[in-house]
Amino acid sequence: MSTTPYKTQIIPKIKRDVYLNLYKKGQRADERDFYSPRKISIQTNVLEKANGSALVKLGNTQVMAGIKIEPGEPFEDMPDEGVLQVHAELVPLASPQFEPGPPDENAIELARVIDRSLRDPKAIDLKSLVIRPGDKVWMLWLDLYILDYDGNLFDASMLAAMAALSTAKMPEYEELETGEVKLTNKVSNIPIKLNKRIVTVTTAKIENYILVDPNLDEEIISDTRSVFSFDENGNIVGVQKTGMGSISQEELDNIVNISSQAAQVYFKLLNDALVSDKKEEGGK
Amino acid sequence: MITLTRPQRFIDDEGKRLDGRKPDEARPIKMQVGVLSNADGSALVEYGLTRVLAAVYGPKESQKSMLLPDRATLRVRYHMAPFSTEERKNPAPTRREVELSKVLRESLEPVVMTEYFPRTSIDVFIEVLQSDGGTRTVGATAASLALADAGIPMRALVAGVAIGKVDNVLIVDLNEVEDMYGDADMPVVAAPDIGQITLYQLNGVLSKEEFRNAIDMALKVITKIVDMEKETLRNSYVEVSEE
Repeated sequence: MSTTPYKTQIIPKIKRDVYLNLYKKGQRADERDFYSPRKISIQTNVLEKANGSALVKLGNTQVMAGIKIEPGEPFEDMPDEGVLQVHAELVPLASPQFEPGPPDENAIELARVIDRSLRDPKAIDLKSLVIRPGDKVWMLWLDLYILDYDGNLFDASMLAAMAALSTAKMPEYEELETGEVKLTNKVSNIPIKLNKRIVTVTTAKIENYILVDPNLDEEIISDTRSVFSFDENGNIVGVQKTGMGSISQEELDNIVNISSQAAQVYFKLLNDALVSDKKEEGGK
Repeated sequence: MITLTRPQRFIDDEGKRLDGRKPDEARPIKMQVGVLSNADGSALVEYGLTRVLAAVYGPKESQKSMLLPDRATLRVRYHMAPFSTEERKNPAPTRREVELSKVLRESLEPVVMTEYFPRTSIDVFIEVLQSDGGTRTVGATAASLALADAGIPMRALVAGVAIGKVDNVLIVDLNEVEDMYGDADMPVVAAPDIGQITLYQLNGVLSKEEFRNAIDMALKVITKIVDMEKETLRNSYVEVSEE
């Protein structure tokens, strides 16, 4: 059962008015323009025991992505494909709003939107994650760990997911005579085969203003949010409206354009971060 | 039992779909309101083989923990009956049902005038009795009718329809085969009378141009479905007055 949020942080009405007055002048409270994301930092290989990992900071929002790859059984209807599982945890240490317990609707929505945006455009080559067709395949667990919540979990989570996927290494294994697949507890140098990179762009609609990458204050005062995922060719590979409000067709048209522009900014930052990561590795 | 297999083609040389529809043609739609006696409002809606029952209880006193001082709390549950799918579905709520309950609630929040009923809750139960694609959009239509049938003030009626893409053609109101094996599924819920879109999701890949066209196609069909909703509601009151 989904219930109207009753624990949302309350923002004084006067703050909303201050923000709206700024928007009238074309400004935002943190001095960004409407269409620029916050400062982004992307670190990869931040954990030793995961097959792949990344820590992304989008302003004050922090998301850690961890990838574990384990042998398992394929789905019956997809015997020649590995299994992708995406989960998100809104960890209680990240916000006074987050409670311990099983994933709530927000965590489930976040994980499912990231999952669809990776799965539908076949961003990960799942066919390459097969050990023995119909019998043993790789299970790819992508866990998104929200460590600090200052709005816009979708964009930060997708950046973290892509950074971790792009730098993850397959485990080393041996096939025993019994047919069992045993991990040697060493990592190989083989990366996960990716077909394309994806970024996700969230915009908030606040009255008639559209803002890219809303922070928490902007999320709370927003009427509604639109989440658009793009591939590098500019195709839309996933959409989700989230939040209480509604929008008009003209606004949605506008949001598509604004989001696809912002996607280019994310792609540049992601690609730069992953190139510099490779250089560091080479220098070691 | 109907078994599903991937078709060779989705659209034949005459431009007809597997079930004989044109790309921009919805399935036959049936609606009925006041179908349950206990609920304050209820509706049964069918798009082809997809059949969804919705019931509304409230406004009623809200549980203390979720009470809102300035408006009613809206609670929505989307649930699939165990016998609604090809293989029996475990009745425990899945992650999919949790997400759909959320997006459906958020598709109704903009039109229900919750500010009229502070400290109360309005419950909307959406039960999928038979699933053949587009269940959440049929659910939105049924919920809209059930809310109106319960006499809850609304800014406008909403209705839903899904747009898909098969053989590189955009199609309206996917059935299960077109959803499962097609290239995109884009459910849309809107309130055409106030020019607002209240739910949009995309599962699949579309170009920006296709996305715009898909929204356009959806809104055309939704406008017709909302007209049917009005007709259905009007007729139900005519019957009552004749009794």
